[in-house]
Amino acid sequence: MQTTKKASLILDDGSVFPGKSFGYEKPVAGEVVFNTAMMGYPESLTDPSYSGQILVTTYPLIGNYGVPRREEENGLSRFYESEKIHVEALVISDYSFEYSHWNADKSLADWLKEEKIVGIYDIDTRELTKRLREHGSMKGKIVFEEGEDIDFIDPNLTNLVAKVSCKEVIRYGNGSKKVVLVDCGVKHNIIRCLLKRDVTVIRVPWDYDFNTLEFDGLFISNGPGDPDMCGITVEHIRQAMKSGKPIFGICMGNQLLSKAGGARTYKLKYGHRSHNQPVRQVGTNKCFITSQNHGFAVDNSTLGNDWEPLFINMNDGTNEGIRHKSKPYFSAQFHPEAASGPTDTEFLFDEFVNML
Amino acid sequence: MNQAEIKEIKKVLLLGSGALKIGEAGEFDYSGSQALKALKEEGIETILINPNIATVQTSEGVADKIYFLPVTPYFVERVIQKENPDGILLAFGGQTALNCGVQLYQAGTLEKYNVQVLGTPVQAIMDTEDRELFVRKLDEIDVKTIKSEAVNSIEDAAKAAAELGYPVIIRAAYALGGLGSGFCDNEEELRVKAEKALSFSPQILVEKSLKGWKEIEYEVVRDRYDNCITVCNMENFDPLGIHTGESIVVAPSQTLTNSEYHKLRELAIRIIRHIGIVGKCNVQYAFDPKWEAYRVIEVNARLSRSSALASKATGYPLAFVAAKLGLGYGLFDLKNSVTKETSAFFEPALDYIVCKIPRWDLGKFQGVDRELGSSMKSVGEVMAIGRTFEEAIQKGLRMIGQGMHGFVENKDLVIPDIDKALHEPTDKRIFVISKAMRAGYTVDQIHDLTKIDCWFLQKLMNIVRTAQELENYDAARLEADKDTGRELMRRAKIQGFSDFQIARALWKEKMEDCHMHWVRQYRKSLGIVPVVKQIDTLAAEYPAQTNYLYLTYSGIANDVKYLGDKKSIVVLGSGAYRIGSSVEFDWCGVQALNTIRKEGYRSVMINYNPETVSTDYDMCDRLYFDELTFERVMDIIELENPHGVILSTGGQIPNNLATRLDEQHVHILGTTAQSIDNAEDRHKFSSMLDSLGIDQPRWRELTSLSDIYDFVKEVGYPVLVRPSYVLSGAAMNVCSNNTELEQFLQLAANVSKKHPVVVSEFIQHAKEIEMDAVARNGEVLIYAISEHIEFAGVHSGDATIQFPPQKLYVETMRRIKKVAGQIAQALNISGPFNIQFLAKNNDIKVIECNLRASRSFPFVSKVLKINFIELATKVMMGLPVEKPGKNEFDLDYVGIKASQFSFSRLQKADPVLGVDMASTGEVGCIGLDSSEAVLKAMLSVGYQIPQKNILLSTGSAKQKADMLEAAQLLHEKGYNLFATGGTHQFLTDNGIPAVKVYWPSESDREPQALEMLHNKQIDLVVNIPKNLTQKELDNGYKIRRAAIDFNIPLITNARLASAFIQAFCSLNIDDIQIKSWDEYR
Repeated sequence: MQTTKKASLILDDGSVFPGKSFGYEKPVAGEVVFNTAMMGYPESLTDPSYSGQILVTTYPLIGNYGVPRREEENGLSRFYESEKIHVEALVISDYSFEYSHWNADKSLADWLKEEKIVGIYDIDTRELTKRLREHGSMKGKIVFEEGEDIDFIDPNLTNLVAKVSCKEVIRYGNGSKKVVLVDCGVKHNIIRCLLKRDVTVIRVPWDYDFNTLEFDGLFISNGPGDPDMCGITVEHIRQAMKSGKPIFGICMGNQLLSKAGGARTYKLKYGHRSHNQPVRQVGTNKCFITSQNHGFAVDNSTLGNDWEPLFINMNDGTNEGIRHKSKPYFSAQFHPEAASGPTDTEFLFDEFVNML
Repeated sequence: MNQAEIKEIKKVLLLGSGALKIGEAGEFDYSGSQALKALKEEGIETILINPNIATVQTSEGVADKIYFLPVTPYFVERVIQKENPDGILLAFGGQTALNCGVQLYQAGTLEKYNVQVLGTPVQAIMDTEDRELFVRKLDEIDVKTIKSEAVNSIEDAAKAAAELGYPVIIRAAYALGGLGSGFCDNEEELRVKAEKALSFSPQILVEKSLKGWKEIEYEVVRDRYDNCITVCNMENFDPLGIHTGESIVVAPSQTLTNSEYHKLRELAIRIIRHIGIVGKCNVQYAFDPKWEAYRVIEVNARLSRSSALASKATGYPLAFVAAKLGLGYGLFDLKNSVTKETSAFFEPALDYIVCKIPRWDLGKFQGVDRELGSSMKSVGEVMAIGRTFEEAIQKGLRMIGQGMHGFVENKDLVIPDIDKALHEPTDKRIFVISKAMRAGYTVDQIHDLTKIDCWFLQKLMNIVRTAQELENYDAARLEADKDTGRELMRRAKIQGFSDFQIARALWKEKMEDCHMHWVRQYRKSLGIVPVVKQIDTLAAEYPAQTNYLYLTYSGIANDVKYLGDKKSIVVLGSGAYRIGSSVEFDWCGVQALNTIRKEGYRSVMINYNPETVSTDYDMCDRLYFDELTFERVMDIIELENPHGVILSTGGQIPNNLATRLDEQHVHILGTTAQSIDNAEDRHKFSSMLDSLGIDQPRWRELTSLSDIYDFVKEVGYPVLVRPSYVLSGAAMNVCSNNTELEQFLQLAANVSKKHPVVVSEFIQHAKEIEMDAVARNGEVLIYAISEHIEFAGVHSGDATIQFPPQKLYVETMRRIKKVAGQIAQALNISGPFNIQFLAKNNDIKVIECNLRASRSFPFVSKVLKINFIELATKVMMGLPVEKPGKNEFDLDYVGIKASQFSFSRLQKADPVLGVDMASTGEVGCIGLDSSEAVLKAMLSVGYQIPQKNILLSTGSAKQKADMLEAAQLLHEKGYNLFATGGTHQFLTDNGIPAVKVYWPSESDREPQALEMLHNKQIDLVVNIPKNLTQKELDNGYKIRRAAIDFNIPLITNARLASAFIQAFCSLNIDDIQIKSWDEYR
């Protein structure tokens, strides 16, 4: 058994969860959120939407299959969702010090250490999750035995989108249709899903005025934090709507499109982060299992007259997507690109590309 | 179907699965019960056909009408004629119900009576059942299946292999026993082997070899609106090649990445949509451990063992939901039955791991092949829940109840060749791995030999490491160094070590029971105690008032609050199904839970068998899906602080805990632990009988061979020998002479002061009689006396039982009643009990007494229509009860309980019955007289009324004489009789014509009995060994085995054969009355 340093997760309600370190050792702070997915930790850790967050996995056994090697294909990471780990820290119950998989390159612990990311295990993640569920997402910090302390941080007060968005315009592929992708913290699988469908992707920074570009369709990506931080992006989207070109948004994209259409967003108590969120397409008997990762949601009641909900969460009735009543604008709060998660809704990319 | 049609469904017929057998066991009681509940909720009238009288689904109030009849097209059609149902459900009774349904459909019966198949259409079922249709169907959607190509030349073989991709396996077509088959890694090897194979057969089959691939399974649900979910996936610990029923299985999968998991999930959904299932199916995959390649092994378009496991593993009630979908609901119409608020259209998120482990009973069978392979041999299973793999598997290894304490710290296994034992897995495989790790094998070495994924082996190695670390300590050092102690104890507990294992690691061979208590006290003083967690389907994302619980050491807080109001009662379940303890104890447990609830107490169940109804969280107020060890039961009792504990409805496992729980001052309801001990302890019980003047077969506990001979001189052969310390699998045996006695004792036990054997006189040609009863403070309130059709010598679990008895003297009955009364009083019994008697003339002897419910409680309760367990539970709770005014003499009908054997699954096992139990299940049927009930029961366990040819070899002179009347009847009925030497002579002497056939040992003579069996010229085999000597058994073995292997009904007992022959000669099948249970009044 490895010798490990003791480390504790402290929540801002004062509760302390003592555990042991298996990653990098430095004090960290962030918003503590939980995800109930049972696999896909390499994808989750590199999902930019987790920026600023301490991620708790409710599934206890983590690290089983190690992590894949770093490989690029068409300028995109092959097995990961971005260039680096975005979570502030990972909190789990049972870490697999040894791993086994044909595609594994190294252990999760080695990867965390390389990227200087904190990981702790031996935590009662169920008890922790219950507390987060009851209080709502909380600020938290991880401190090490005999190590220095750190202040709590509320990452939602900073512009996380600005932090994770690309800094310059990047082009991908050579497809027959051009799609501008507003990068609020895009997951690579979104780009892969577009490229597969004969699309040229022009990835632009979150605040870039893409209306100056020539394109057939607009895509607004997922991203971390509070959508209210992206007023400028919303402005650009409003501008783009004048042209009537197809618009598709995912996650943060759903929130920004809604805001561009006049709706308001609010923070959910503890968000949706899992692979098993049921959504129903409004007015139909069609239901889908979706992958989700969001802490804010669109307020259905504030949608303007030209808009209607496209999907509704079957568990709590929250908004899961919107569409314009007459124009080719639609978005999903969940992740049709999955990675990680179920692939039931990938057809939405087909619908978008067909509109172009 | 459309909504309007569905609304017209007012009456539905559900087919059950009949007797429990290997491959089709308790899981179908669970799924059927759930389906019936779903229908009931809709106000639909339900009709159930299931001859398995011991099940929960055949209890009062579960279905509106119950027919204890064979699940065969003939009887189902007659029930349809009578009941005229609108719809039928085929997916809830295993393969039995599915096959029967397909036959009814193909014969046009369902159409004729306008019965709508609810749920998955029959065509979809046929698409999955027929290999060729199945492959074609999946080809249509580009899903890969396991295919074999038939070729006639080496060139074609090479071409086929190149297409399939190496490695391939080649087999000679039409060759038995795998002659000419082999693996080929490249073309060179293929050419050599193909040539050889072609020398055996003109055609060879080339198939992709999937040796060492992983086996992964998905449970998929679809509604008629095409909405799909996968409820759960599961990964086999053992690689492909070992039947999934024989494999350790975990859920969810542990070694799949996100992309692998979802690739298979997406395929599963594509498949269910294309086949058009409405309800659920499971998809089994072979999955390449080196690349994302897969093959679909099979699709089951019905509820299955896996779906019961998946339901228990996730809390998602698959059968209940499938039944609702069959009625036309969409998944979006239904609620998650755990949260009651969120939708049933979702996929459970687990925050624990479950581990299923099969339970084998191969030791009970003579000559059986112990190697695990592509056919199932296990008779039951357990499911363990934990928050580490180590915890789950160690719990599970204790749960299987074969004397093991977990993965380590067990009694040492003797394994002559570890490499071979790793490479050729048997039922002991997991313990061979443990032994190999101790012997210094690395994970990689074991992986190479077993092909088990390294991840599982690494985790097992963690357990070994912790054990070794503990072994380096002793109690004194741990006392002194509490920091190390705390760390080590915590880690051991998180890895699922029991207090016993820790004690054994610390004290090694010097360990005693008190050391276990030391460990318990020590770790409690360090604050190391388990916590209780809920299974809530959503990993705590939503609040859930779920009562489905397990214990773990990976945690700091309980999910539930304890009231400490002493208003709960804990019922201990019966554990894994095994030979000798199965669904009947589940029924007993469920009845106890129901009674407790009805009487205003909270019912608490502890059990871990995923096949049962008692582990359905709807059945009680709190379900602890956890171990029935002393340690765990005490953990739970300390948390629950219940009013009391019921031990007597769960068979022997809870009974064995009585004394130890009593020592801890646990309030045991009903008969005291002292009395239980007085009945269980052979010496105490025997002297009690002596002092009461009650006769018993002579017996003695002996420690040397010469003492045994002295005793044999006194009582004479045959004798029954039970080793008290069993080394081999054989628990007991009948010995007929000195040679056999010596042989058996050498095999089974070393007789010594420390390991005495119990030898008892074995009384032949005696009747065996059972008494099931309930007493209060020593006074018998209700009893049921039943008689065995077979003479004593056939285990009571294998015997055919008749209730009420039809051939007992009134005097015998009176004596039995009196003796039972005396025993009840002497032991001051309060609750259920069972006594077994031998009777010869009017002399009765007591063989055994159990102060708990017995196997026959559901049978006698349902035939007599008095719920013995309900009564017993009230007695144990101290509630006033009235003595029922009815008894067996009032019945105008007869019940027959017949046994189901699974010999066809147990290659090479001798299908002969003896003192050790061999049956895997039973049925109970009711008729207006013995013959009708016997006929229904025998047809229910798979016998058929023979067409024309019957083969007889009827054993000893006395047995031959016993069978004479039956042979005469057969002759009069126009049957052709074939008989081996002695029997032929006897029949001819008595004027019954028969054709003489020859034993396999007389191979030069014609006609050969074996050949006639091979050619299917025989419709029934009656083969009765003269006695249980090895020589006699060997003689008939080939004939008996051939009968099993060629699926020809076989009877090995003269009295049962006579009863069956009597029945089908006096009754035609059309004479059988189609009456539901409630019509017998």
